[in-house]
Amino acid sequence: MAAVVAGRVEGRGRSPGRSAGTGAAELRGFRAVQRLAYTCAEEVAAQLGPGMTERDATRMQREWLRGRGVRDWFHLPFAWFGDRTAFTGFRVPLQFFPTGRRLEPGMPFILDMAPIHEGFTADIGYSGCLGLDPLHDRLLADLEAHRELILREVRERRPLRDIYEDVDRLMARQGYANRHRAYPFGVIAHKVDRVRERRWSPHVLGFGTQSLKGLASDAVHGHREGWSPLWSPYRFSDHPPTPGLWAVEPHLGFRGTGAKFEELLVVTDSRDPEESAFWLDDDLPHVRRRQEEKAA
Amino acid sequence: MSSSTDGTGGAGLEGARERWVRTGGVELCVVELGDAARPTVVLVHGYPDSKEVWAEVAGRLRDRFHVVLYDVRGHGRSTAPQPLRGGFTLEKLTDDFLAVADAVSPDAPVHLVGHDWGSVQGWEFVTVPRTEGRVASFTTISGPSLDHFGHWINDRVARPTPRRVAQLLGQGTRSWYVGALHTPALPEALWRGPLGKRWPKMVARLEKLPSGSYPTASLPTDAAHGTWLYRDNVLPRMRHPRADAFAHVPVQLITPTGDAYLSERLYDDLERWAPRLVRHTLAAKHWVPRTRPDQVSSWIAEFVTAQEEGAPARRPAPTGPYAQRFGGHLVLVTGAASGIGRATAFAFAEAGARVVAVDRDPAGVARTAEMARLVGAAEAWSEVVDVSDEQAMEKLAAKVAAEYGVVDVLVNNAGIGLTGSFMDTTTEDWKKVLDVNLWGVIHGCRTFGRQMAERGQGGHIVNTASAAAFQPSRVLPAYSTSKAAVLMLSECLRAELAGQGIGVTAICPGIVNTNITATARFAGVPEKEQQRRRAKASRAYGMRNYPPEKVADAILRAVFHDQAVVAVTPEARGLKLLSRLSPRMLRALARIEPRL
Repeated sequence: MAAVVAGRVEGRGRSPGRSAGTGAAELRGFRAVQRLAYTCAEEVAAQLGPGMTERDATRMQREWLRGRGVRDWFHLPFAWFGDRTAFTGFRVPLQFFPTGRRLEPGMPFILDMAPIHEGFTADIGYSGCLGLDPLHDRLLADLEAHRELILREVRERRPLRDIYEDVDRLMARQGYANRHRAYPFGVIAHKVDRVRERRWSPHVLGFGTQSLKGLASDAVHGHREGWSPLWSPYRFSDHPPTPGLWAVEPHLGFRGTGAKFEELLVVTDSRDPEESAFWLDDDLPHVRRRQEEKAA
Repeated sequence: MSSSTDGTGGAGLEGARERWVRTGGVELCVVELGDAARPTVVLVHGYPDSKEVWAEVAGRLRDRFHVVLYDVRGHGRSTAPQPLRGGFTLEKLTDDFLAVADAVSPDAPVHLVGHDWGSVQGWEFVTVPRTEGRVASFTTISGPSLDHFGHWINDRVARPTPRRVAQLLGQGTRSWYVGALHTPALPEALWRGPLGKRWPKMVARLEKLPSGSYPTASLPTDAAHGTWLYRDNVLPRMRHPRADAFAHVPVQLITPTGDAYLSERLYDDLERWAPRLVRHTLAAKHWVPRTRPDQVSSWIAEFVTAQEEGAPARRPAPTGPYAQRFGGHLVLVTGAASGIGRATAFAFAEAGARVVAVDRDPAGVARTAEMARLVGAAEAWSEVVDVSDEQAMEKLAAKVAAEYGVVDVLVNNAGIGLTGSFMDTTTEDWKKVLDVNLWGVIHGCRTFGRQMAERGQGGHIVNTASAAAFQPSRVLPAYSTSKAAVLMLSECLRAELAGQGIGVTAICPGIVNTNITATARFAGVPEKEQQRRRAKASRAYGMRNYPPEKVADAILRAVFHDQAVVAVTPEARGLKLLSRLSPRMLRALARIEPRL
């Protein structure tokens, strides 16, 4: 895994600042910021209590990360409580933004944040529940199958659109609704990349302008070359996985309860299946949780 | 004072132990059923009734509880006070209740259940201080507290918004007879004369009561004496409702939605008076102890048991707008391993129903039952049956009746897709589609519908038809035919079962994102082409992305409101409208051959 990974598709001329090429050192950088984000999620989740609002939760995430040197964002932190974890009744993208919904005992919640630290981007999603809920546990357990399915099929170099449909089918078999469908363009994943650090890093509608610029430029290049930085159910995703870092976020919904994970998947152009795709980090809360359960 | 008799009248009261309780100048006829060591449940009847109104319910509770019934003073075999005027005040009725409670359960508090005036009295019993410690719980059916009623009217008169005025008028039109009963002498004359003679038939017809030994022969006297219940209590309490009428016990409210005498709105603010309130609604008319004894006794048993055993709160508690209506109901869904059937099973489960999921896919249906339990079903089972197999369906019906009970809501949802022109469709294809889509529904209605009708306590049947039932198409001849048949079958059955309180609904979903496209057969094309078309159709349905959960919600709403035909997606609603306005346009649409 430490081998140098050539992330650039051959023959693709790109400005050096937006390199998808990721060496071992760069992977370390991405891993560090992903860990930082997950630590933030765990610490904020531990502090959540009855009566707190989604706005409180996002503020806590923002302050925690700012205090540790985060200056720019792929997107600002989100928090969803209760049936908003399953995006119940969402019609317009503005509904993703934090509201005054208060946390109550037994409620599920999701924290979703994408900090940029020293030019490395992370995008993570953390699902939890205030108190015990067997249904929520079941959703989290069933997400594991999706994590395995996605990695297996990316290694098989199946078209992204087909993988998306296989995830859909697995969700239907499990009895769940596909809720990542509600994200912009219905994406289950999107590419992330290094971002140039600037003194001023504004954001538009919750998204960092630097990252949006990166996505837009990828979209333009991809459009010419037949690929897309967005992994969607649409025809523009009908291509094999492109090398780079993908923030993968399958999101299950079951009536008023939703659960997701989000983490970075590294895709390379290596011929060795093990090296061709792997999760950036296997030491994450949702993975550890599964391992502990299996051990028990 | 105690003796054992037989033949107290009415099924369910056989072998009851009878005793007489003397209190305040009257003698009350009290009967007891079941083991006296068990928790005591006291059932109080209404007007114009006697304790026999509870016979069916008492018969269902006697194996689990010590069931006590008594004739209210002046009713049935109890004697009437002299003089009548002033002899029926709520204070005196409370004395009677306490005397009965002390006689039948001197050491432990009793669980009180009241219907109609029995419930009006019950509210008095559980809101006055002197009964504290003598009552453990109260189940109220169709009888508000007169004090709460007084406040309810005062609140609406004090701030008459249009909605509140409508509520007042609504209840006013239902309460006309209360005014009539205040006329001197005339009501008594009517009851002892023509009304008393005709009442049994009138009430049987209007209220759809089952035939039997009820009402009893004492009706004219009961009704004549009972007018004093109104005259002694209604006006004084309406003028000066007590401000401290708070219940000191847990209360369970059962509201019949078709009650001709009481508006559902009366109970809107009830949490103010009874903080630990449990609500249930029942699609029935006023006399639910006679018409819905199964459901009423199961709710009473559940509530009493919960109080006795320290209220084990069920996790998760039933939620959603329909929890009051479907909590504890037995719901059977066919085709429950995926799509609309599965979503429907989950929606009923969330409302706290008991769910039987039926499908021929063992893994899928087991998963449905498991998730149903997690989301809130009181109980959930999976059954692997092919709905097109008549014998298997009959076996299933016998098993369900024996092990889980008579189905309250039946959802005949299993169906398969088949497309291809008529000329390409083989007889085998036809048989397959009709076997599942039409015969499956017929078998379901014949077996479970028959049980429902024989029980005579209402119920509901939902059949999944399709927008293809009114939109012809050159590429769906077999499927559309089967679904049109289901639609017509549902309409005919609805007419047949209307008199028995059983509703029938045909659901026409339209294009919904389920796996019907992935399993559909495309007639007249080779296997490889089949797969390509399936994938393409699935993708198209995925792009439409109308979730089956919304169809499930439409099904619950349809059962709740007893709707006949429900088109769900906007396109289905549009086509349904067009089929009435401009059938020629639908015929033109039918000629289009979609490219797949």
